[in-house]
Amino acid sequence: MTAVLSTHGLIARYGDFQALYGVDTELNAGEAVALIGANGAGKSTFLRSIMGLLPVSRDMVRLDGEPVGGTPTDRMVQKGIAIVPEGRRLFTGMSVEDNLRVAIDQATRVGAKGGWTLGRLHQLFPILKEKARTPVQSLSGGQQQMVSIGRALLCQPRVLLCDEISLGLAPKVIREIYAALPEIRAAGTAMIVVEQDVGLAQSATDRLYCMLEGRVTLTGRSAEVTREQIGEAYFGAGHAVV
Amino acid sequence: MQWFDALVQGILLGGMYAQYALGMALMFGVMRIVNISHGDLVILLSLVGISMASAWGWGPLPVLIALVPLAVLMGWVLQKTVLNKVVGSDPLPSLIATFGLSVALQNLMLQIWSANSRSLPGGGIESQSIEIGGIYIGLLPVIVLIVATALTWGLDIMLKRTRFGRALRAASADVEAAAMTGINPRAIYALATAVAVGILGFAAVFQALRSTVAPADGPAQLIYAFEAVIIGGMGSVWGAFIGSMVLGISQGIGFRIDPGFGVLAGHIVFLIVLATRPQGLFGRA
Repeated sequence: MTAVLSTHGLIARYGDFQALYGVDTELNAGEAVALIGANGAGKSTFLRSIMGLLPVSRDMVRLDGEPVGGTPTDRMVQKGIAIVPEGRRLFTGMSVEDNLRVAIDQATRVGAKGGWTLGRLHQLFPILKEKARTPVQSLSGGQQQMVSIGRALLCQPRVLLCDEISLGLAPKVIREIYAALPEIRAAGTAMIVVEQDVGLAQSATDRLYCMLEGRVTLTGRSAEVTREQIGEAYFGAGHAVV
Repeated sequence: MQWFDALVQGILLGGMYAQYALGMALMFGVMRIVNISHGDLVILLSLVGISMASAWGWGPLPVLIALVPLAVLMGWVLQKTVLNKVVGSDPLPSLIATFGLSVALQNLMLQIWSANSRSLPGGGIESQSIEIGGIYIGLLPVIVLIVATALTWGLDIMLKRTRFGRALRAASADVEAAAMTGINPRAIYALATAVAVGILGFAAVFQALRSTVAPADGPAQLIYAFEAVIIGGMGSVWGAFIGSMVLGISQGIGFRIDPGFGVLAGHIVFLIVLATRPQGLFGRA
């Protein structure tokens, strides 16, 4: 089976600071993979590198085997990768519907097909229909996250990158949002989910990668890796088990 | 009656300022590009229009029809070649680049057209007036106001209802998130500047019809456009229109108090707005 998306010795820097030290990952069609790790492990940097938001070499990122590293972000979206960015990054001052319509416009412009429509999104998150005309900045955090996910889906991605979609939300709202992921997967979309909550990450995915200080320290099937293995990979060897 | 006349003349003057301010509202208010050469572009287009009229004997309408597409093209080239390299969250690079462009344009115009003041012959419309209830209203200022209102309305609809407008608003709210949604911000900005300078094509024809233009006149037009956008509030097209009216009325009333006080009155009202409501009349705090 060839990977939809893979990284090969991915290295990324912010100026003089090196954030990723040769990260190898792969994501198969229809698969959901979790990326866990402490703050500063390089998870968001990893997603940003894939999306062309940081300069990386061409060969370091491949989509369907084709080298695409460093492709401008808007071109990556056209190639079928969408991101739900950390902090949601909605277009303030615009209504819920206009935020979503921006994605529809661009997908239409480039002729992207993937089956996500406003109607189908409204079935997934009914509140978005009710709040269609509300400016996004007056929504609750959970509702804003739904808009952000919806906006990414309407880009008609084959691969969806989710960056800390549970951050700052109440447990009930987190469950509601994670309940939508199986339906998104059922549509054939592969996913990389960056998540702080390890238990949540394990339950929502097939495989996981754990990162520490810019390197992958553990990979395995989400259902099979043990707490001890994760603890060691998360904090580094010799950590105190509490 | 005298004051009512001042008010009416001020509104008509505001129509002219609105034509300068709309392009500025789009570039400065929406894209956060500080274009110091804004006024010089108006003057350049005016002088090109005047040369067209004298070379081929064209009236104002053919000049307008030829000048607006030329302005659109100029705006697109300007963004592609200069502004896309300096656009970003920091307004300073665009300010410096367009300041240089402004100086270069003024010298270029001086070289081609000399320092003489010129105007566009209007075939009589510039001196026609209508009398309504004892007030004389110039036909040309009325046309200017109507065109300004139509341009504001069109630009507002374009920003709110079209694919291009949504993409531009998205890019100005969060340029990185816009790219993550598949928008190429630089292509969108090139179109937006094309529209902004295209509107200056209208302003250029009317400016050359209602008064004279000389190569060094640009900076004054720039100040009025800036003031109108800031009074109205950044990012709001109708705000820029209302800001232009406030500026025009202030000057109209100021001129009536004392002919030397008009321009200063506009600046004073601008400073009062800046001090009491820095986000502008229609801006969000």
